[in-house]
Amino acid sequence: MDRYTKNRNMLSQDECDVLKNKSVCVIGCGGLGGYVIEMLGRIGVGKITAVDGDVFDVSNLNRQLLSTEVHIGLGKAITAKERMEKVNSDVELSPVSAYLTQENALDIVRGHDLVIDALDSIETRFILQKVASELGIPMIYGAIAGWYGQVSTIMPGDDFLSRIYRNHEGKGHEAELGNPSFSPALVASLQVSEAVKVLIGRGELLNGKLLLIDLFNNDFEVVLF
Amino acid sequence: MEFKVRLFATLRKDRGREVMVELQEEQTARAIINQLQIDEKDVAILMINGRDGLLDTKLVEGDIVSIFPPVGGG
Repeated sequence: MDRYTKNRNMLSQDECDVLKNKSVCVIGCGGLGGYVIEMLGRIGVGKITAVDGDVFDVSNLNRQLLSTEVHIGLGKAITAKERMEKVNSDVELSPVSAYLTQENALDIVRGHDLVIDALDSIETRFILQKVASELGIPMIYGAIAGWYGQVSTIMPGDDFLSRIYRNHEGKGHEAELGNPSFSPALVASLQVSEAVKVLIGRGELLNGKLLLIDLFNNDFEVVLF
Repeated sequence: MEFKVRLFATLRKDRGREVMVELQEEQTARAIINQLQIDEKDVAILMINGRDGLLDTKLVEGDIVSIFPPVGGG
């Protein structure tokens, strides 16, 4: 028995070894990012880069896994590293305490096998999609607002975000709805599931599709784009 | 002409999941959002018969229009 015994046999030993040799860049260590990093680390992705220029404040406590009362005022990326050392010390987690911008995006994302969008800004998602595409790196998109969420897998060369956001700027409806504890955890789970399938090269992906989730009405719908 | 309009997330508030909208002939999808008093900036995704559509797309009898608001949190 080892720490990955329960990963098998949904993953073969070879696939577990593949994950150990992969590197994933997670942009945002808040609601989605905290859970995404946790799950990537527990399943055994070998290298994770955790990117966030923010620090925890009290309003993060309702949903952000990495935030605790003792972490208020501390950096989100550094906290991700501190937690991963306790959760899975085999994982090499590199914290980047910076916000993703036009200027730094290429340098931050370059060299990874996959990037996960755990951002809270529509505008920055477009920057991420552009650099991921330029670098030939698949991107797992996720977004939440209150009871609602959406997930997709964006392959390089696909300008998917332009089809689901007619306006590139501003906030979505999360600005008025807020975000509860459960929507980030759900959407993050779906993102990590997509990430694992991309990394092992097996399973059906959401590329060219958008999974739309409405937890208030229990609607789960996959729309083709 | 009458069109079925499917609404998602916050757009359902005070409108419901599905509404029927009556329009004159030769109207576009924009006329639907105007009639339902949906702000254009709240239309992130517009689908006509399950395919990506535009506000300026002319509708024909039987078209089903789906409208999704922007969701951008993380």
